[in-house]
Amino acid sequence: MNFTYIILIPLIPLAVFLLLGIFNQKIKPAISGYIGVGGLTTSAILSFYTAYQYFFVHGKVDGVYQTLVQKTTWMNFTDTLAIDMGVLVDPISIMMLIVVSIVSLMVHIYSRGYMKGDEGYTRFFAFLGLFSFSMFGLVLATNLFQIYIFWELVGVSSYLLIGYYYTKNSAVAAAKKAFIVTRFADLGFLIGILIVGYYTGTFDFETLNNPEGSAILNWAATSFMGLSVLTWALILIFIGGAGKSAMFPLHIWLPDAMEGPTPVSALIHAATMVVAGVYLVARLFPMYYFIEDGFALNIVAYVGAFSSLFAAIIAITQTDIKRVLAFSTMSQLGYMMLALGVSGYDGHNGVGYMASMFHLFTHAMFKALLFLGAGSVIHAVHSNYLKDMGGLRKYMPITNITFLIAALAISGVFPLSGFWSKDEILVAAFEHNKLIYGVGIFVAGLTAFYMFRLYFGIFWGKNTKYEHAPHESPISMTFPLVVLALISVFSGFIPFSELVTADRSGFEAHLNIPLAIVATIVGFVGIILAYVFYKKENDLSTKYAKSFGLFYKWASHKFYFDEIYMFVTKKILFNNVAAPIAKFDKKIVDGTMEGIGNKTVVISKKIKGMQSGKVQDYAFAFIAGVVIVALVFIYLWTN
Amino acid sequence: MIAGISIYEILTVTSILFFTGVYGFLTRKNLISILMSIELILNASVINFVVINKYLYPDILQGVIFSVFIIAVAAAETALAVAIIINLYRQISSVEVKDTEIMKY
Repeated sequence: MNFTYIILIPLIPLAVFLLLGIFNQKIKPAISGYIGVGGLTTSAILSFYTAYQYFFVHGKVDGVYQTLVQKTTWMNFTDTLAIDMGVLVDPISIMMLIVVSIVSLMVHIYSRGYMKGDEGYTRFFAFLGLFSFSMFGLVLATNLFQIYIFWELVGVSSYLLIGYYYTKNSAVAAAKKAFIVTRFADLGFLIGILIVGYYTGTFDFETLNNPEGSAILNWAATSFMGLSVLTWALILIFIGGAGKSAMFPLHIWLPDAMEGPTPVSALIHAATMVVAGVYLVARLFPMYYFIEDGFALNIVAYVGAFSSLFAAIIAITQTDIKRVLAFSTMSQLGYMMLALGVSGYDGHNGVGYMASMFHLFTHAMFKALLFLGAGSVIHAVHSNYLKDMGGLRKYMPITNITFLIAALAISGVFPLSGFWSKDEILVAAFEHNKLIYGVGIFVAGLTAFYMFRLYFGIFWGKNTKYEHAPHESPISMTFPLVVLALISVFSGFIPFSELVTADRSGFEAHLNIPLAIVATIVGFVGIILAYVFYKKENDLSTKYAKSFGLFYKWASHKFYFDEIYMFVTKKILFNNVAAPIAKFDKKIVDGTMEGIGNKTVVISKKIKGMQSGKVQDYAFAFIAGVVIVALVFIYLWTN
Repeated sequence: MIAGISIYEILTVTSILFFTGVYGFLTRKNLISILMSIELILNASVINFVVINKYLYPDILQGVIFSVFIIAVAAAETALAVAIIINLYRQISSVEVKDTEIMKY
């Protein structure tokens, strides 16, 4: 079947970006909003059409969903090694198309209300277009290099949108931090790509991921420091993915990225761009699984598990609502990573892979909803801090209910979407590794607790006196909330195990009742604790925080990771490495060159007196010289 | 071959012409006069071309053609030089050689 039209899905947002970017000042804000929404609507319709065609019309061939590729050669390195550009369609790319187009469309609609009256309204929509283009391109990439190109493009659009309020110092700093940290991680990704290209002779996902292909069968051919070179490559690629997905210890940019406008946080830093790392590991999953018996995959699992625990603990102590959500995102991303890490390959063993993709899908919906809800709250009270909020349920009924749905979904309450995906993850972890399962179930409890701390803190709790009575947001903002809330409620019933699995053939998923009960109980314990602590204003929470003492203080300072990074970069790298090198460059290298230049000037000043500037003097010298030479010749000749 | 005149006499005339040009080039104070002196030098060489062609290889015309070529180049060169001098005059209101020293730096 023909999938050529898929190329339009990324190209339409690109056209929107170019249109809005070039005619920035000439387009009225109202119109630019419609252009952005219109473009994304078209892309979204195409994405749904593609999904329908792929899953239900094209369907399985020999019981397996096929990988369909259309590509053209872009750059030839050697006769065998070339970089292609094209689109690749398989279950996970289709799923990501749906996620990106839904969330992006909702954020576009939401931004029309949220950004109203902002000076850079058109610029904002232009950047959103650029981001959507890059993200669609990333999802549809056919090979490692193409994904790398779009990987950097999403990084740039993230940078532009975090630094959207470029007159604010903190936003500029946050944008730079996000860009540099992810760029640093991408260095690992690039080296990994080059190693893969060198040792396997191809960048194509199709060839690399073929379980009977030479890349996977011959992994043991070359080894380096006790591990296969391909394992090293996969670890390096995972570093790139960890940077984008804010895994420990490259997570430091994500909380700061909340300086951007809230719709941006919802789109980029909750639902789409940050899952690119998860998507990357899933994209290369057969390689991760088969090479060196999944050594790299184990690293993925432990990093994911640790990150999810680490972030959940910090999330409890934060007072900025967007930061709580940022750490929650990091924690859930860790969840997805650990699910991938404990996954097997074929049939029911691949439940982790399926669960990870499932959770990616449901999480994108309810986390975008949480962020958009938080944006709606911030829009109403003009503050990010919990201390300025409380009792908002009376003023903002729609936001209240949708936020509650999202919080219940992320806490894993039956039968909302989060329950199903989280349950599958816990099943996968339980079957594979009890330690990771323990971490997972503990994090599930923490998640429920900090989410409801947030919910009660915003909508219940103390009755804050507001200078201006907050009011419900306009319909352009509440409409996306309602849509996303509906998806968060019902997306748990999508038969993911039939559609998106590691070996593409699908399996019969069934609920593991005991594990589900345990998870639900843990979730409810979290919710009840939060209820006791935060439903009414009381000092229970401060008392308990005190009993944790030092640990609480550490957690509220994010375990001092920003400070550690600052110390390492500023005190050690800048002062001891960069500064001496800069000094060497300035004093010795530049000094030599400047010295030569200066000496030339000095000498030329001294000797320029010899030049009279009169053309006749020069002519006289010349003729005199000719005469002398002539005389000498004549003298020599005659003798 | 010109009857009654040997090549030595003609070459003597052109040498006088040439050194008159050189002398004028070195001693004149005025840029226009210097230009005229250069014309003298060029003309001396043109005559030399013609004469030597005539006396050594009477049946070919290369020297003559070359002299026409030199005349064309000289005309172009003069036009250029006069343009420069006019511009200079606009700048410093003088065509004296000593006033052009400021172009040294």
